[in-house]
Amino acid sequence: MNEIGLTPILVVSTALFFIGMYGFFTRRNMITILMSIELILNSANINFVAFNKYLYADKLDGLFFTVFIIAIAAAEAAVAIAIIIHLYRNYKSIDINDAEILKY
Amino acid sequence: MSASVIIFYILSAVILGGALLAVTASKIFRAAVFLLFSLIGIAGLYFYLNYEFLGAVQIVVYVGGIVVLIIFSIFLTADSGSDMQRPPLGRALFSALAVAFGCALTLYFIKQQVFVSNMKEALEPSARNIGRQMLSTTQHGYILPFEVISILLLASMVGCIVIAIKLKPQE
Repeated sequence: MNEIGLTPILVVSTALFFIGMYGFFTRRNMITILMSIELILNSANINFVAFNKYLYADKLDGLFFTVFIIAIAAAEAAVAIAIIIHLYRNYKSIDINDAEILKY
Repeated sequence: MSASVIIFYILSAVILGGALLAVTASKIFRAAVFLLFSLIGIAGLYFYLNYEFLGAVQIVVYVGGIVVLIIFSIFLTADSGSDMQRPPLGRALFSALAVAFGCALTLYFIKQQVFVSNMKEALEPSARNIGRQMLSTTQHGYILPFEVISILLLASMVGCIVIAIKLKPQE
């Protein structure tokens, strides 16, 4: 059994979440924004696994939620990339400021 | 300081360093490669916590699937060698400030919180136990979300094809 407690893992996942938030705020390229979203989803996964491991070790519910989140993230990434490629065909750009046709 | 603690710190450094470089790298292809390292570090963290099945799923789906998809889409859209435009200084500064305050607040609450384990005997997260519990129809069962997710995956695959298909112009 490893002697790392729950708190260091939560610190790592918190830092990962806010690094993803920083990328989400500063980037203007759609693919890099998608990468930031993947980081945020992964930090949530780490939380689920850590809580399952340290607080409710007799169940596996956190692990199931992690598997479901990974599946949904794969579906979401595929749809997002299809939309990005379609936008690129129409506008020749994947900058988020150029995709403003729905804005007005 | 035992080997286990040192391994945890190395994994954390790989995860956070990769993530930090992935959101700040100036070339988009490098950002994707740093994201790859970060995701491998997260898979290593799952292995470290003895969730081998989950680590394998993370490597297969994220590293083998999503990152490869992202790299393909980079090649299809952006010119991968050129620099992206830097964020304006004001936006970078205020984003960093907001993120730092949010991070500090969350870490403060984590430090305050006392976590109490329910002290039951641990269930081994082997593939047999995972399959039996997830697909059981009596208790602890997650068979309905499982089926819903399979329909979601089918729908998203069809949706991707419909969105990204290139129609021939009508004569």
